[in-house]
Amino acid sequence: MAITVDRPLFASALVRLIDERGVLVPGGGALPSGGELVAGYRAMVLARRLNEQAGALVRQGRLAVYPSSHGQEACQVAAARVLAEGDWLFPTYRDTAAIVARGVDPVEVLAMLRGDWHCGYDTPTHHVAPQATPLATQLPHAVGVAYAARLKGEPTVVMALCGDGATSEGDFHEALNFAAVFAAPVVFLVQNNKYAISVPLARQSAAAALADKAVGYGMPGVRVDGNDLAALTTVLTVAVERARGGGGPTLVEADTYRIQAHTNADDASRYRTDEEVQRWVPRDPLTRLRTYLLGVGLLDAAAEAEAAAAAEQLAAHVRTGMAAEVTVDPLELFAHVTVGGSAQRDEQRALLRDELAADGAAEL
Amino acid sequence: MGGVKLGGVKLSMAQSINAALRDAMAADDTVLVFGEDVGALGGVFRVTDGLSEMFGEQRCFDTPLAESGIVGMAVGMAMNGMRPVVEMQFDAFAYPAFEQIVSHVAKMANRTRGRVRLPMVIRIPYAGGIGGVEHHCDSSEAYYAHTPGLTVLAPATNADAYGLLRAGIESPDPVVFLEPKKHYFTREEVDVDQPVPPIGRAVVRRPGRDVTLIAYGPSVPIALAAAAQGATEGRDIGVVDVRCLVPFDDDTVAQAVRVTGRAVVVAEAPGFASVASEIAARVTERCFHHLEAPVRRVTGFDIPYPPPKLEQHFLPGVNRILDAVEDLQWDES
Repeated sequence: MAITVDRPLFASALVRLIDERGVLVPGGGALPSGGELVAGYRAMVLARRLNEQAGALVRQGRLAVYPSSHGQEACQVAAARVLAEGDWLFPTYRDTAAIVARGVDPVEVLAMLRGDWHCGYDTPTHHVAPQATPLATQLPHAVGVAYAARLKGEPTVVMALCGDGATSEGDFHEALNFAAVFAAPVVFLVQNNKYAISVPLARQSAAAALADKAVGYGMPGVRVDGNDLAALTTVLTVAVERARGGGGPTLVEADTYRIQAHTNADDASRYRTDEEVQRWVPRDPLTRLRTYLLGVGLLDAAAEAEAAAAAEQLAAHVRTGMAAEVTVDPLELFAHVTVGGSAQRDEQRALLRDELAADGAAEL
Repeated sequence: MGGVKLGGVKLSMAQSINAALRDAMAADDTVLVFGEDVGALGGVFRVTDGLSEMFGEQRCFDTPLAESGIVGMAVGMAMNGMRPVVEMQFDAFAYPAFEQIVSHVAKMANRTRGRVRLPMVIRIPYAGGIGGVEHHCDSSEAYYAHTPGLTVLAPATNADAYGLLRAGIESPDPVVFLEPKKHYFTREEVDVDQPVPPIGRAVVRRPGRDVTLIAYGPSVPIALAAAAQGATEGRDIGVVDVRCLVPFDDDTVAQAVRVTGRAVVVAEAPGFASVASEIAARVTERCFHHLEAPVRRVTGFDIPYPPPKLEQHFLPGVNRILDAVEDLQWDES
């Protein structure tokens, strides 16, 4: 018999519970509770409003830049909501909405993009790592936090977020491999939004599905409709509980789409058509869940009005917070670099202090 | 298990580092050692010999062969209450971890306004003189010394290897610990009961009135040999062992040079944009009016590390150092 070498063509089956029309998928599986779906829907309304407000602040010049998760709100909300108190979240620059859904003040999160400091919130208090900018580099950290928790006998689970582009990075591979070898309680959620700035998924990977990569690490891989909050919540909850119970890591690929450009500084018309974007608009995560919830009577006008009001309140809070003129003491640049002293930095700090004093005297 | 007291006995540098790891692990349950081949094998240089047996596989363990993953996992463990000490197997094999070191290890404390500190140590066997094949003999210290946020320690003696590693593990700041692999099996007396030395202090290894050699790591014994040779030729040569590249001890170095008015910096690394260049510049800035001659550097050439048969031509040796000393505008009249 001839030995043949064939390219594997399997793709992890897509988990979907509620389809684009807001209709239950026959045989899709058990839904999260009605209460969880309503709470998740409300959180998505807030996340959408946050994305819109942050985008507006960029146009007004209050924020340097904002990578929007518009269209990915189901991923953002589910990633945060499936975690228990004490669990950790490792977000990227596109995951502001997930951090806010986890309970961090958006004004603190956006302080980074206003240019105040590189991270504006308290990582140890919230168990939310700083937003990672170098792709996939936060994933080994997530493994380390998780494995340290396991060594300490703590039931902590870590949710590590990245995008499809990040799966090409070496640190993605190293983190998944380490997590599997050490059975670290990590859930890797890849938001496959089809673009890494301008480069499409096909140029990142020839795999039939990113979730299939899990096979190579010896961990479960699940592909889920990333615009279906019900499916995401179910899949991620199973993965989190599996990790918490000592079962090790899971790779979850969320099939979604980046509706907006990479950031406001990007011109998406150079690399994709408007028709392509329009094909994804009807698959919007908010629309489909709203349709479903209204249909089964879990959502009513009063609840919708309350969610809308809460979203406006959030937006107003962000506007007020971002309008505040926050001054950062330039000498703080020297404050945190190391605990141990440095005569060289002391000299440089004195130089800056004298320059500032001279500037102050000149202004008087 | 308490620290085994080895006061006054002769230990190799590998054994001194091993003793430091063992005593630190005994003193603090959060100290973990991991990397490639550090478990059952005890490290390719046997530096972690016996630690896995003594403290269990949860405290000293092998990882997959991936340096970025090792350092990245250490970052996460340090974020969650541990004090990881990781081993990079060789200098040039640490480069896959470079992004983690520069973008996260060095910057996390500053990024988080001091809320997240990374008390971790990255041990790197470095430099040449062992007849190693390519990628096993780099002097990579400048990459780390150039990166704000890292403490960079480069001991030359076995006693400092023990003491500075203890200090590095106790430090709240991330430390790159550079081990001169040429000296792993050199035996010296080590008193582990000495107090842990402060980070950031150079030490005068040999006082001298005519000229000051400034060296660190594997170049210190060479500088001392040059000083001994110079003494037979009528030169009173002093040697300062920098031992902490970052933070750098300007005071001790400048004080020694002000006495002699002449200085030669000795280091194995290629000289261009090097730690030796930084030292020469700092000495010149601080000692200009005391100098009788420009500060000289005797360093490796600006070439990739040579193959084993040729490395003796690359490494700073006694003769090259003494030639530089003779070049320092001596007025013999």
